[in-house]
Amino acid sequence: MNALIYAFLAVGAVFNGLGAVALLRFPDVYTRIHGATKCTTFGSIFSILAVVVYGAMRGGGDGIGMVIRALLALVFLLLTNPTGSHALARAAHRAGIKPFRAVVDRLEERK
Amino acid sequence: MIVELSFGIAAAVLLAYALVCAVRLGVGPTAADRAVALDTINTLVVAIMVLVGAAFDLMIIMDVALVYALLSFVGTLYIARYLEEGLR
Repeated sequence: MNALIYAFLAVGAVFNGLGAVALLRFPDVYTRIHGATKCTTFGSIFSILAVVVYGAMRGGGDGIGMVIRALLALVFLLLTNPTGSHALARAAHRAGIKPFRAVVDRLEERK
Repeated sequence: MIVELSFGIAAAVLLAYALVCAVRLGVGPTAADRAVALDTINTLVVAIMVLVGAAFDLMIIMDVALVYALLSFVGTLYIARYLEEGLR
C-alpha cells in the first residue's frame, strides 16, 4: 500500500509541474487556462488520493476523519475548478482579449 | 514515518510550483493572465494544505483547506465578473 501512496504522490507532483510550466510558457490567456487548469486539477486529484489511501490504511477515528476531509476537498476541487476556469475564459473573451495569432473568431461572429 | 516524510516532500514540491505560478502572477501581460495564475495557485494551495495536514497529523489544516477551496472559488467568480465589465 505504501507503493500506491508513493505512486500517487509522484503522479500528482509530475502533473502539477506540467501545469505550472504550461502557465509559464504558453503564449496567451486561453492556452494558459487550458494547460494550467487541466493539469493542476488532475495532479491535485492524485495528491489528495494519496492522502485518502494513507488515511484508509491508518484506520481508526483519525484515519476515517482524514479520509472524509480529503474526499470532501477532492469533491470541492472537482466541482469548482472547471467552473472557475470557464468563467475566467468567458470573461477574457468578453473583455476583448484575442487568442494568439488568431485570424477568425467564430464566437464573436455568432452574436 | 517515511510516508509522512514523503507527504512533506510532496508539499514542498507543490510549494515550489506555486512560486513558479507566482512569476506569471507578477509579469502577466493582461489582468486575465493574473487571474488564471491566482486560480492555479489556489488549487495548488488546497493540495498543499491537505498534504501538510497528513504529514504533520493536523486535522485542522484539512478543515482550513475545505473552506479555502470554496472561498477561493467564490473569489475567482467575482474576479471573472469584474473582468467581464471591460478592464483593460
